[in-house]
Amino acid sequence: MSEGTIRVTVTRQEPGQPPRDETYDVPFDERTSVLDALDWIKDTVDATLTFRWSCRSAVCGSCGVMVNGRPVLGCETFVAGYATSGITVGPMSHAAVQRDLAVDTEDFLAKLRSAFPWMLPEPAALAVEGSAGDGGAVDLAALVSTQTLEQLEAFRTLAQCIDCMLCYAACPVLAEVPGFTGPAAIATAQRWNHDSRDGGDEQRFEALADNEEGIWPCIQNGACTRVCPKGVDPAKAIKDLQRLAMGA
Amino acid sequence: MRIEAADVVVVGGGAAGLSAALAALETFATDGRNAARVALVSKVYPMRSHTVAAEGGAAGVVPWGDDSLDAHLADTLASGSGLGDQAAAQWILERAPRELARLDRLGMPWSRDDSGRPAVRRFGGMSNPRTWFAADKTGFHMLHTLFQESLRHTLTTADSRDSAAPSIIRYDEHIALDLLMSDGGGARGIVAYDQQQGHVVAFVAPAVILATGGAARAWGTSTNAGIVTGDGLSMALRAGLALRDIEFVQVHPTCLPATGILITEAARGEGGVLLDRNGDRYLADYGLGPVTPVGQPVPRTMELGPRDRLSQAFWKADRDGRTIPWHDGADGAAGSVGAAGGGETDAASGTSAGARRNVVHLDLRHVGDFLLKTRLPLVTGLARRYVGVDPRFGLIPVCPAAHYTMGGIPTTPQGQVLDGAGQAVPGLYAAGECASTGLHGANRLGSNSLVETLVVGRAAGALAAGDTGSFDGLSASPRYSTTDKALTDQAEALAQPWLAMRGQGSESPAHIRRDLGALLDADVGIYCDADGLARARASIDSLRQRFADVRVADTSSVFNTDWAQALQVGAMLDVAAAVVAAAEGRHESRGAHQRIDHPDADAAPKHSIVVTGQTGVPEVSYV
Ligand SMILES: Cc1cc2nc3c(=O)[nH]c(=O)nc-3n(C[C@H](O)[C@H](O)[C@H](O)COP(=O)(O)OP(=O)(O)OC[C@H]3O[C@@H](n4cnc5c(N)ncnc54)[C@H](O)[C@@H]3O)c2cc1C
Ligand code: FES
Repeated sequence: MSEGTIRVTVTRQEPGQPPRDETYDVPFDERTSVLDALDWIKDTVDATLTFRWSCRSAVCGSCGVMVNGRPVLGCETFVAGYATSGITVGPMSHAAVQRDLAVDTEDFLAKLRSAFPWMLPEPAALAVEGSAGDGGAVDLAALVSTQTLEQLEAFRTLAQCIDCMLCYAACPVLAEVPGFTGPAAIATAQRWNHDSRDGGDEQRFEALADNEEGIWPCIQNGACTRVCPKGVDPAKAIKDLQRLAMGA
Repeated sequence: MRIEAADVVVVGGGAAGLSAALAALETFATDGRNAARVALVSKVYPMRSHTVAAEGGAAGVVPWGDDSLDAHLADTLASGSGLGDQAAAQWILERAPRELARLDRLGMPWSRDDSGRPAVRRFGGMSNPRTWFAADKTGFHMLHTLFQESLRHTLTTADSRDSAAPSIIRYDEHIALDLLMSDGGGARGIVAYDQQQGHVVAFVAPAVILATGGAARAWGTSTNAGIVTGDGLSMALRAGLALRDIEFVQVHPTCLPATGILITEAARGEGGVLLDRNGDRYLADYGLGPVTPVGQPVPRTMELGPRDRLSQAFWKADRDGRTIPWHDGADGAAGSVGAAGGGETDAASGTSAGARRNVVHLDLRHVGDFLLKTRLPLVTGLARRYVGVDPRFGLIPVCPAAHYTMGGIPTTPQGQVLDGAGQAVPGLYAAGECASTGLHGANRLGSNSLVETLVVGRAAGALAAGDTGSFDGLSASPRYSTTDKALTDQAEALAQPWLAMRGQGSESPAHIRRDLGALLDADVGIYCDADGLARARASIDSLRQRFADVRVADTSSVFNTDWAQALQVGAMLDVAAAVVAAAEGRHESRGAHQRIDHPDADAAPKHSIVVTGQTGVPEVSYV
């Protein structure tokens, strides 16, 4: 009782070679995800097909691909909706292809790191380790911060980023300005800026506003926010920083 | 072959590996060893590690309640059913709150109580609320908090590697192949393969920390990601080391059918109830009662009973015809039954992607919009997307799935690896799910494992960094070179057979993986018996023979995921063989190990110790 097959065209590329399209007919039903379809091809037709995946539940951020030109997580995108048109699966845009659907992650991580995505100033180290038996004798209440519901809400949504890079694939600016710090990194900067425990706003602001490739290339196209699988709103995060920089 | 020298090599970038790396840096800083370098080796980018999937939370006693360390310890040991180690559990649990507080300082978005302190929730088997959580994405936030903190201390190739502070150098998408051991039996590094550059790398260091996670992906129905394949456990066996209590594998009672996606226990802690085909709270009929009022969960009763008891109740309810048939999808369709994907019907094994599974129902309808949104947003989304149920209005189909590897590489509570005879292995540490510290015994309590990754990871990192004082390692010798020819020869020799697999063989790794998953599901599940285990042993033997001729069609040197998959299947086979051997010889029922033919527990609890014998067959002793 299979619901038939769907045409899956995959844009493939070996290191140092030009890209090529290959088409496969993949059996599917209403629960077949794009990742399932790729797995099926790898297991039954061509073992060399290369793509990343791990959790299969949209939380590890490994499986970003372009489906019919739109960046999505392969594990939570179901093929049934495309049964008549077929689908074309390609590597995420604006990133160097390493092999087939695997794209470079280093560039993104360098950008993330440039936004100081950690607590500032650096918290003093807690005592490393005592001898056995002393571990109970800590004044926990003095060690933990308090946050109100509002303080948590101020950054909770921004903290949902899974580093999947879909927003980089969607952002038209990155086609023109490859060095643009980009949506996820700036949203993550704001995640820390909005955290009541953090005091690094100025340092991050300087890094992103005194930098031609920081917040300024953004033209507020909004594609990043539309493709985010986790409901983060990078466009707003960038707009807020742009306004702040312009003294608005 | 490339050679990288480091002061400590950490294998694994999950919560345990990252905690170990950060702790090593602190120790180096305290000792003024600013040139010290930690090599963090991981087969996936650290933020992809499976810690990311943990939902419910991490246990640590908070002083602002009626709870106590003694109670936490008593609950943990009770669940461990005689195999938990009191001293180890105490050492780890008393440090749990401090590590959770450390995460708070690093920015962990803990959910909060009315007074703004980190909130604690109820969890199965815990007598008091003591599970800290960040909504139902605790592992995700923990991993990203640790990963982002690690970025602060990470040198990239773009940086000068002569940073003035102890630092991490990451080696992402490097697959560890084997341990490098000295003649005296101590660890001297690892040999790995760089998937991005396409060559073998020998990491030479005076201390190695294994933080490679569990092995429960070997089961066809599993909550574990595709990467949780027991690589570190199989490396330890090949190095002549032992696995302890490896037959204890926890089956989580509430997972989505077909995908195995976990529906956290927190859903029951927030008031969710389990219903059979008639809408009855069946747990009461299998010794978990008395029935509690809907929406008012009582610790250690009904839906909040220990996991093994709930999974056992499902098995019995299924036997009694009280479950509900659930059919996922069409035969032959590309689907996600187990990591095998693929989905073509295989006459020999009789499995197909159109999986028929029996389920019970998780009812969250009375929990209410607010709690679903603030405390269970992930579960709500997963149910909608993967089974098409809106938990506000519908019942979520759930069934048991393999979940957690209680046993592992035997260690002290500080992560020092012990060999089969209980002697410390110099320079070798293990932490997280790959280690057997004695905390979990025969059955882990939910939310004890995340704190174990933090506490033991940290202790191992600090110890490993201390070990390196006398080593003329990275900080003293010329960078990225070493003169120890015996070691580099060993690395080349160990890598060779792995490399030789490419372009060879005729047996599909996907089929071997799928058959392994199916046989473990069938015979090494919630209940087993001598016949089933003997069947499983024979099947695994024949799968291992097939694996000797495994087909790796892809000959590429870079991003060869076909080859990587074959390596992982090999690791899962090694671990599965050890699990079955240890289960066969354990003629009793205890914790997560339930034998229909031996329903009682022996008077004197014993640990199993598995090593690989001369002929490659697992040898088990009980001590
Ligand atoms: C769905 C789910 C929910 C859970 N929920 C909870 C919970 O609520 N509370 C709780 O306490 N516990 C929970 N657990 C258990 C807990 O999440 C894990 O035990 C824990 O996260 C394991 O962490 P780890 O660091 O040991 O391993 P992992 O996070 O699995 O990381 C393993 C690392 O090792 C690396 N690695 C493995 N093999 C190799 C190799 N050959 N070469 C190089 N690198 C390698 C991987 O790349 C990865 O970085 C849950 C588990 C699952 C599956
Ligand atoms: S596989 Fe993890 S996000 Fe898709």
